[in-house]
Amino acid sequence: MWDSLVRIFPYAIAFTMPLLATALGALYSERSGVVNIGLEGLMVVGNFTAAVVISRLQPTMGQAAIWVGLAFAMLAGLLFAVLHAIASINLKANQVISGTAINMVAGAITVFLARTFTGSGNIHITLGFVPFDVPLLCKIPVVGPLFFTKTYATTWLLLAILAFSWFLLYKTPFGLRLRSCGEHPQTADAAGINVYRMRYAGVLISGALAGLGGGIMLVTFAGEFNGSVAGLGFLALAALIFGNWKPLGILGATFFFGFASTIANVSQVVPALTKVPGLVLKAFPYVVTLLALVAFSKTNQAPKADGEIYDAGKR
Amino acid sequence: MKGLRNLFTALAAVILGLLAGAILMLAIGADPIQGFSYLFRGGLMSAERIGNTLATATTLTLTGLAMAFAFRTGLFSIGASGQMLMGGLTATALALTLNLPKWEMLIIIVTAAMLAGAIWGFIPGILKARFNVHEVVSTIMLNWIAYWTVYYTIPAHFKAKFLETESARIPEYASLKVGWLTNLFHGSYLNLGLFIALACAIIAGIILSRTTLGYELKAVGFNRHAAEFAGINVPKNMALSLAISGALAGLAGATYYVGYATNMQIGVMPSQGMDGIAVALLGANSPIGVVLASIFFGILHSGKGFMNAMTKIPPEIGDTIIAVIIYFAATSVLFTRLYDRLAAKLRRRS
Amino acid sequence: MDYIVEMLNITKSFPGILANDDISIQLRKGEILALLGENGAGKSTLMSILFGLYKADSGTIRLRGKEVHITDPNVANELGIGMVHQHFKLVQNFTATENIILGLEPRKGPVVDLKRAAKRIEELSKTYGLNVDPWAKIEDITVGMQQRVEILKMLYRNAEILIFDEPTAVLTPQEIDDLMGIMRNLIAEGKSIILITHKLKEIKAIADRCTVIRRGKVIGTVDVADTDEARMAEMMVGRAVSFSVDKAPREPGEVVLEIEGLHVLSSRKLPAVNDLSLKVRNGEILGLAGVDGNGQTELVEALTGLRKVQSGSIRLKGVDITHSSVRNRVRSGIAHIPEDRQRRGLVLDYTMEDNFILEIYGLSPYSRHGFLNRKAIREHAGKLMDDFDVRAGEGPVAAARSLSGGNQQKAIVGREIDLNPDLLIAVQPTRGLDVGSIEYIHKRLVEQRDRGKAVLLVSLELDEIMDLSDRIAVISHGSIAGFLDPKKVTESEIGLMMAGAKKGELQ
Repeated sequence: MWDSLVRIFPYAIAFTMPLLATALGALYSERSGVVNIGLEGLMVVGNFTAAVVISRLQPTMGQAAIWVGLAFAMLAGLLFAVLHAIASINLKANQVISGTAINMVAGAITVFLARTFTGSGNIHITLGFVPFDVPLLCKIPVVGPLFFTKTYATTWLLLAILAFSWFLLYKTPFGLRLRSCGEHPQTADAAGINVYRMRYAGVLISGALAGLGGGIMLVTFAGEFNGSVAGLGFLALAALIFGNWKPLGILGATFFFGFASTIANVSQVVPALTKVPGLVLKAFPYVVTLLALVAFSKTNQAPKADGEIYDAGKR
Repeated sequence: MKGLRNLFTALAAVILGLLAGAILMLAIGADPIQGFSYLFRGGLMSAERIGNTLATATTLTLTGLAMAFAFRTGLFSIGASGQMLMGGLTATALALTLNLPKWEMLIIIVTAAMLAGAIWGFIPGILKARFNVHEVVSTIMLNWIAYWTVYYTIPAHFKAKFLETESARIPEYASLKVGWLTNLFHGSYLNLGLFIALACAIIAGIILSRTTLGYELKAVGFNRHAAEFAGINVPKNMALSLAISGALAGLAGATYYVGYATNMQIGVMPSQGMDGIAVALLGANSPIGVVLASIFFGILHSGKGFMNAMTKIPPEIGDTIIAVIIYFAATSVLFTRLYDRLAAKLRRRS
Repeated sequence: MDYIVEMLNITKSFPGILANDDISIQLRKGEILALLGENGAGKSTLMSILFGLYKADSGTIRLRGKEVHITDPNVANELGIGMVHQHFKLVQNFTATENIILGLEPRKGPVVDLKRAAKRIEELSKTYGLNVDPWAKIEDITVGMQQRVEILKMLYRNAEILIFDEPTAVLTPQEIDDLMGIMRNLIAEGKSIILITHKLKEIKAIADRCTVIRRGKVIGTVDVADTDEARMAEMMVGRAVSFSVDKAPREPGEVVLEIEGLHVLSSRKLPAVNDLSLKVRNGEILGLAGVDGNGQTELVEALTGLRKVQSGSIRLKGVDITHSSVRNRVRSGIAHIPEDRQRRGLVLDYTMEDNFILEIYGLSPYSRHGFLNRKAIREHAGKLMDDFDVRAGEGPVAAARSLSGGNQQKAIVGREIDLNPDLLIAVQPTRGLDVGSIEYIHKRLVEQRDRGKAVLLVSLELDEIMDLSDRIAVISHGSIAGFLDPKKVTESEIGLMMAGAKKGELQ
């Protein structure tokens, strides 16, 4: 049992990280008042961009190419999110539909471009990140083997981003203003805050983080771009709701989903799980999400103006 | 006039989508005029091709209606793909198990597929009604649950003789394809689903505009507080709306998997689910609009293979064009404003 | 004459409405200037321009003699102009401090210095007698205190010119007195105040001068001390206004509605209606007076079936309807003019004819076997629109959204009265309406009572309650503090009861 856990944890954590990145992005967007259903598509864009950049640069740059790829993934996600921002903030489109459109455009255009590069539409990268053990910390009993073995650099990066986000949202003027836009934009407006600009910031940050999530997915466990991120973008949204729109809550929720999804994937390797029917294992994370949403429906503390179109003219 | 305005908006979105496609074609060094010419010819050039276009449109009409119905009642269901899968799985299972005269088979299969889809739509409906679970997330979860259900059920019980990844072939007496229709369109995939789709469009239109059920559903969609005030049972109507939407998508699954196709493949999430959203949006959520939009998309889908064969332009361009069209349809406020300004100018001249 | 603010020849129009038509007003330093006008006259628009929320189409604004361009609230703040809005601009789950400093946050490095801000807020609060807890969350404090947070927002930004937009709509008579005291403090400290209101009594109590605006134009400016309420009302409306309603005395009949020991929870699971009992009879209007938030909303929702009852009973004509469905209650004879006409009362995206059948679409002749009968629906709408003076450009097929507030409300009143209910519950039936519509609706309510029906009137406007009611019930903290006779009781007595005193304590 313990052995199985130790073996699963690193995979679970690796699987959690793209979810965490994307869910953090969703946090910024929704806290500013914009629902971003397009996270799935933004992850695909990040995934694609990282794949292209890394596969081009790897021969010459080696490991460094990976970081360059991730940076470009963030940039691509941010730029693509501009489409959603324009649609939902300036053009007052329905945010759910706009987000769905983003998903479709992202999915189609990335495969289209990928085919022109490789014909099959899949892009392999030869070198991903190599998991490593954190010196000293991995020797701590219990916690060490679970959390500090076989880790990826990006995991620590993301945790730093998480901590920074908590600080940004709750301690700085920017965070106060961003949250006011998501709770009661009329108040923010009367206080002289440019609600449109704040919401742009929220959406663009969500694009960058979702792009990063797609990139991380590529370099830690996927290894290739194939046009889909298997619903991770939507799982991230569910994690946001499950985590009650708070950074720490999101960490817990994404880890839970990461763990649940991993169980399905490693069932071959773990003796205890080989008897469980494949369907149950695969469907488990999704069923659990549904149950969690039901359980948490009463206590949900969504930002009050989340998803509402803000029209400055209608003050 | 509302209808004219919607048409203008739809056309504007379509033109912009085609423009985006043209730009992409140029970007990869292809000739857009040639590209589009093969694209449209691929969909309309011969009786067989027209038949295929209509066959594709059949499924899209049904998923489009499913989405339009949900949207009209204020619910953003994205669950058509999963509902199609469940409808298709039920249809396939029955087709491969029962052995009855064709008409009985078809009636049973179609009804069962509808029911399966309805149940798959009812679940997010009741979750929304009782627990206020947002239907976007719940329908997507159910899509994936359906996906894996098909993934494991087909190989376990209905697998083809030589392949693990698809079901056995649907026997002729269980398929929606009929001899005279197939012959009429020279061997295309066109099947009885077409008539089912058209009938559903008509019925949906009648329900929405002329019945008390439609009145209740729309009221709930427009303003659930006023609907509550009026004594309308909001949770019941939400669940009912998603169930109806699911039934339509389940029918789409039947027309696709035991009509268009001759077996069911695993590991594929049917894109008609998402395309249904595009169809509904472009058709302004009206049954006629949905039918017209689905024919247009049918042309795109049918033609992209031909275009790819003749010009090396990747077939995903069809999906890209469709996606861009939705994006512009979603931001339609630009066009409605443009339309209003043009209309005002014309009125001033006359 | 030393004017601190001058707004000259201001014109502002919105699609279809000329809100401000060449308006000029002047504020003297150290005075309280009242802006009097009916709902929709253009006062709020004018002040929104002064505060930078809107931009005038033409005209100039001068501050202390110099011309200024106020492009957004930040500029207004820098110029020393502050505004307390009618609908508070507060973030519910932020603290008072966070709300006050939003947009102007004091910093300690990259972090917001909440402690420093709270200290300054406490000082200001003491100077002006505002008594605000800097660390309280807005969702946890009373409406009166929320308003004082809004005032602190202005003072924190060193506003010299303070605009109050209908500040007394949500206050008890005592809190209104407190507010008047605060305003006098502010003037004593050198501020100047513009008070937007339609309440003549308050203008007489506190304002120095009054500028009357009607339909977007200035009618005139008067010295309040030299002008009586009747004259100001006439300027506001354009004709002589009768202040009271023609009501012949009437003997009430049998009990129609009987509520006993009712307990209802609010949406936040706190007790809202707390052991409430009352009776309404045929042929009487029972006015329910009370400060917003004392259980009226939940009581009405429980009566109409929109909210669950924890315990207690509701009987209509002797039949227990405590747990009946909304539809059953409508069929049994209850009609409801809701508090929020756009949220509950109408489906704005439907046509008027579809709105008129909102409760009866399932009945013949409007539908048969599930199919709607367009012809019957249209005729019904036409008749109601005639009977109740509902004006809409396209008649029954006009979109509900396109009607004015007054016409929307008249439509709702018509629809509910047409149900011929034994009990008509009217909640804030004249909120936001012009004087003409108010008079009309009051007339119809009295008519209902004269026909021998029962009316439960729930209103935050004491004048309305005193004018229309045969009996008054005061609701406070979820139960009835006492039943009063409008002919014998004074406003301050009602005010004390609204704030929590029980009837016996009044003596």
